[in-house]
Amino acid sequence: MNDVLQTFQEYLSLPFVRYAFVVVTLIALCSSLLGVTLVLKRFSFIGDGLSHVAFGAMAVASVLKLSGFENMLVVMPLTVVSAVLILKTGTNAKINGDASIAMISAGSLAVGYMLMNKFPSSSNISSDVCSTLFGSSSILTLKSSDVLFCTVMAVAVLGVFVLLYHKIFSVTFDENFASATGVNADRYNLLIAIITAVVIVTAMNLVGSLLISALIIFPPLSAMRVFKSFRSVMICSAVTAVVCSSVGIAVSILLSTPVGATIVCADIVSFAIFSAISKK
Amino acid sequence: MKRQIDCKNLSLGYGSKIVLSGLNFSVSEGDFLCIVGENGSGKSTLMKTLLGLQKALGGEIKFDGLKPSDIGYLPQQTPAQRDFPASVREIVLSGFTAKMGLRPFYSATEKKSAENNMKKLGIESLSSKCYRELSGGQQQRVLLARALCSAEKILLLDEPVTGLDPQAQAEMYEIIKNLNKSGVTIIMISHDVNSIVKYSTHVLSLGKNTFFFGSVNDYINKNIDKNINKNKNFRGGDTLHE
Ligand SMILES: Nc1ncnc2c1ncn2[C@@H]1O[C@H](COP(=O)(O)OP(=O)(O)OP(=O)(O)O)[C@@H](O)[C@H]1O
Ligand SMILES: [Mg+2]
Repeated sequence: MNDVLQTFQEYLSLPFVRYAFVVVTLIALCSSLLGVTLVLKRFSFIGDGLSHVAFGAMAVASVLKLSGFENMLVVMPLTVVSAVLILKTGTNAKINGDASIAMISAGSLAVGYMLMNKFPSSSNISSDVCSTLFGSSSILTLKSSDVLFCTVMAVAVLGVFVLLYHKIFSVTFDENFASATGVNADRYNLLIAIITAVVIVTAMNLVGSLLISALIIFPPLSAMRVFKSFRSVMICSAVTAVVCSSVGIAVSILLSTPVGATIVCADIVSFAIFSAISKK
Repeated sequence: MKRQIDCKNLSLGYGSKIVLSGLNFSVSEGDFLCIVGENGSGKSTLMKTLLGLQKALGGEIKFDGLKPSDIGYLPQQTPAQRDFPASVREIVLSGFTAKMGLRPFYSATEKKSAENNMKKLGIESLSSKCYRELSGGQQQRVLLARALCSAEKILLLDEPVTGLDPQAQAEMYEIIKNLNKSGVTIIMISHDVNSIVKYSTHVLSLGKNTFFFGSVNDYINKNIDKNINKNKNFRGGDTLHE
């Protein structure tokens, strides 16, 4: 046991391990808060969908031979637009929210993969694809600028959720009532769409798209098993997300398992625990 | 009395499907307007159009001295998700969100007044209960309490007593009547003729091609003329229709 702690401490003294800790925890926190609204609005799949859009957009960026920051100039707007489109169609009944997500996500995955095949940017396409889905090993090569960017994003998201908490509740619970009584529901939906896109693009670069969907849906669903008011669900979801991601990283370092997958496993375990508690 | 809502030649519907057209009526401050009509005649559609949730297909609606945040609304059905975690207090308070503007939290007065509205509707003991675990009638009261929180000048009610027991129905009507007495304009959709006769000042009746809009006395007289039985005592629950 002491050995384990010793190893762990050694790892923690490495800056890139600390960076990974901070970044993953912040992303988990943001996506769990956002997740409560998205799950309740029936957009659980939006994480998957938007990360596929971002994947397609990245393919476009790499065809255009953009890199680094310029990349984001293509990826971010495209993803924000898709997020807005998805969240909009959710309210108009012609195409359901889930169907529009499926369409957009399958569509952009296909386009992205085709572009990557036709105009390969590196020799190993399947590893490119794989790293978009599961997060590259880059999680352990984060730079301090990544940490800074993530912190700024997290502060902004937290700020929005604290300051607009009651409006977000109102619009999520009953959009019709909110807009009938003069809440500008469209504005808040747009805001949520933009935040979703920003969090997902940031997160999928750092931790991969598989992990980001899990981070969006697991903590809220776990919290909703036990808690029955909106506020307690929000708080519990945030706490669960932070605990699970910390435990996940710790385990992955000690057992040298893949980071993303380990965090998702921690989330699954927490969901099982919450379900067991709710049955009592 | 001051005109609050004026509708001229209004057409309602969904997309290309017209549900109603050529509708003319007006609502003044302090009125108690009942909207009646068969299932599917477009009552709820009219209410949603008045609230701006639905675009009018033609004609105009003029509001005078009404802001959206003066309006309270009780929907016919709230498609609140089965698994939505929300306490009764959170929902009732959400009636105030439009009035908050940029302020992020509810004020002490708002909390107090939400408390009062819950008392009025006899749900103060449920205030920390989970909404989805309440009975249908209890849920209806919660939504009415929310509507009371947002109704400053006008309250629109879509079949407010559906699902309530007779005792609760009577209480609900009393609450609405008192609110009306205190100066709040009421627009209510109802199938319950007794209550229409008892409480309303005006009636708007929607039919296939026939509308009636006028004072409640005119409405009663007109219907008695048409009624073969000349039955003065309307049976409760019947829909009057020309
Ligand atoms: N979302 C919708 N899309 C298309 N048509 C609709 C929609 N909602 C209602 N309708 C149609 O509009 C007509 C009027 O519906 P509405 O809900 O206004 O009736 P109502 O008078 O409120 O009936 P009820 O007494 O049953 O509440 C109906 O024929 C209905 O089929
Ligand atoms: Mg109706």
